Amino acid sequence: MEQPNLEYIKEIAGGDPSFIDKLLEVVKNELPGEIELYKKNFNDSAFAKAAENVHKLKHKLGILGLSQGYELAIEYEDELKNGKYTLKNKFESLLDSCIRFINDL
Amino acid sequence: MNCIIIDDEAAARAIMTHLCGQVENLDVIEEFPNALSAMKFLRKNDIDLIFLDLHMPDFSGFDFIETLRNPPKIVLTTSDRNFAIEAFEYECIVDYLLKPITLPRFLKSIEKVQKKELTPSIKKVEAPTSSPVSSPEKEMYVNIDRRLVKIEFEHIYLIEAKGDYVLIKTENKNYTVHSTLKKIVEKLPESIFLKVHRSYVINISKIIDIEDNSVLIEKNVIPISRSNRPELMRRLNLL
Repeated sequence: MEQPNLEYIKEIAGGDPSFIDKLLEVVKNELPGEIELYKKNFNDSAFAKAAENVHKLKHKLGILGLSQGYELAIEYEDELKNGKYTLKNKFESLLDSCIRFINDL
Repeated sequence: MNCIIIDDEAAARAIMTHLCGQVENLDVIEEFPNALSAMKFLRKNDIDLIFLDLHMPDFSGFDFIETLRNPPKIVLTTSDRNFAIEAFEYECIVDYLLKPITLPRFLKSIEKVQKKELTPSIKKVEAPTSSPVSSPEKEMYVNIDRRLVKIEFEHIYLIEAKGDYVLIKTENKNYTVHSTLKKIVEKLPESIFLKVHRSYVINISKIIDIEDNSVLIEKNVIPISRSNRPELMRRLNLL
């Protein structure tokens, strides 16, 4: 399974370590709340709102180097817009791996 | 060249600010987490370029553009691949960046911005839909039971379409008039009235509050259609 990494962040940082630290700090602060909101909306069966949350989370997956995860999020977002969620477990596993990754940094 | 960044996601703003820092003579003047705060800023500040997120909770990027009279150059930023065609219907939109944005793609976008000589008029946003009209009339006369009844504009709360009739609600009385909303609108001063829904025209000065997709006037909750909301927001004197 694809794992979160710092490739994208390092690429845009262009050797600026302070930017890497700053961006990771922002992601650490922002990601848990976004995940919580997605789960709340999903649990409330507010699938259209959950789809919007996945849309935002998709960018975080991209920032953490998850290109396959990004594609998965696109499919899952489309599913949710239609009230379906067969990709829920896969997507949430990705989110778990992202949280573990940023917490271990 | 100066620019602002509008994005509800802090990580996206941080990335964009960093990328802008890689370009000589491109200054990020301000960042905004929502479109409303940017609208207030733009009333008092001239900006050359806006990096604009398409998906925001209160206002979409397109809604925001519709509120601008003389939009500067705009680069859309989004995680959605499906809006490229719609984006280029706006002359002010120079480019469309898919997140996560890479440095080479960003620099290419800046090149496009520098090359683009934007014509000052944008059909979609410059249509004189609401320029104050110097209408000398302060009232109109409507035919009710073979009498011509004077109704002063400033006393009207709202006008509602009801089939072949319109209901004119005023401070003193309600009038049912055999007419269409379209005909009535032609008589109303644009500086005071705004059509906020296919069935409703409101007196803007009578608004008590606005919540999501509705407006409260006296005791009436009036729906605001999505397409009319940007114009309404533009007409308000937002703090």
